[in-house]
Amino acid sequence: MENKIVFVTVGTTTFDDLIITVTSDEILHQLNARGYKSLIMQIGESQFVPNCSPRCGFSYIEAFSLKPSLCETMKSADLIISHAGAGSCLEALDLKKPLIVVTNNFLMNDHQVELAKQLCNDGYLYYSTCKNLLELIIKMKLSELKTFPGDKSHAIANVVNKLMGFP
Amino acid sequence: MVFPLICVLVYPIVVFALIRAAYLVVFEHGKGLGRRVAPRHAPAKTLIVLGSGGHTSEILRVLRHLDRANYAPRVYVQAQTDRVSRQKVEEFEGDSEDYRLHAIPRSRRVGQSYLTSIFTTARATLHAFPLIFREKPDLLLCNGPGTCVPLCLVALFFNALLFRETKIVFVESFCRVERFSLSGRILYYLANHTIVQWPKLNGSRYPRSIFV
Repeated sequence: MENKIVFVTVGTTTFDDLIITVTSDEILHQLNARGYKSLIMQIGESQFVPNCSPRCGFSYIEAFSLKPSLCETMKSADLIISHAGAGSCLEALDLKKPLIVVTNNFLMNDHQVELAKQLCNDGYLYYSTCKNLLELIIKMKLSELKTFPGDKSHAIANVVNKLMGFP
Repeated sequence: MVFPLICVLVYPIVVFALIRAAYLVVFEHGKGLGRRVAPRHAPAKTLIVLGSGGHTSEILRVLRHLDRANYAPRVYVQAQTDRVSRQKVEEFEGDSEDYRLHAIPRSRRVGQSYLTSIFTTARATLHAFPLIFREKPDLLLCNGPGTCVPLCLVALFFNALLFRETKIVFVESFCRVERFSLSGRILYYLANHTIVQWPKLNGSRYPRSIFV
């Protein structure tokens, strides 16, 4: 009996819309139909407390505000639904986890969409707004996502070394 | 009596700094990798600017690939309201004692209006002066959280005064695919070098940047 875990993360901002959307009955049912039975949510410094009672086929639902490292939680997850912050996205992609990025339209400029769109076009992740999340979960084929080749930190470090005169 | 004296002393210094800063911005910054850099043998004191959430993780990823013996000591600067960066740095540094962490007032919250940003940035700049003056870093490494604009401004001011050469390296966040961030548009000029991760932030439109 498999017990697949969905992990939702909003980073250091708040993104109540995403939490409300994910904990809606329709989405929980669709996720459960794909074999997910546990839901863990990192909800940020939000006043909003989601309903964590087991329902819609989910036997375990948990919410917490912030943790210094989400690495362990991410490792345990089978699907990650994240805000568009580069930190969370890269962490999830590095762990080679299927990733859905949901963009927050309330931030001042919508640059977060740029990254999600680009990585989605390149086939590394799915991206969606809160409104379209249900449709995406019904349609998505997670096995078709490509493995992310890794970010450019190493190349950046090499440039910094050259600029500073280190070998 | 004191006031005119201060004016007479400070005025030429400030004018000199402004003229030389303008010279640096126009003629020296953004020369890319074309220029030969003298090999460095002593470790470089490195000031690293942290930001909320994503910025800190991103800059620590770069640091992971740098030899810590070369970039030492490391001085981290975070915004006072930042609750998670300290833990991330402590986790990253582990047992090392070759680092310290400072906090300065936040210069701009995510979503704050441009007008009030000017005042909060001015306040952060006042805090940046003693910090940069005391630390005199060889390298200022940042990836564009609001906190880094005042620090880079002050570092440029001291560079302009021939006070100390701090190399300002700005790495635009991986998030930025098509356009520079607000701090990015400023730092593109203030920083000695701008490193970008997507081709649209390079090329003929942004000839100063280094694309990796």
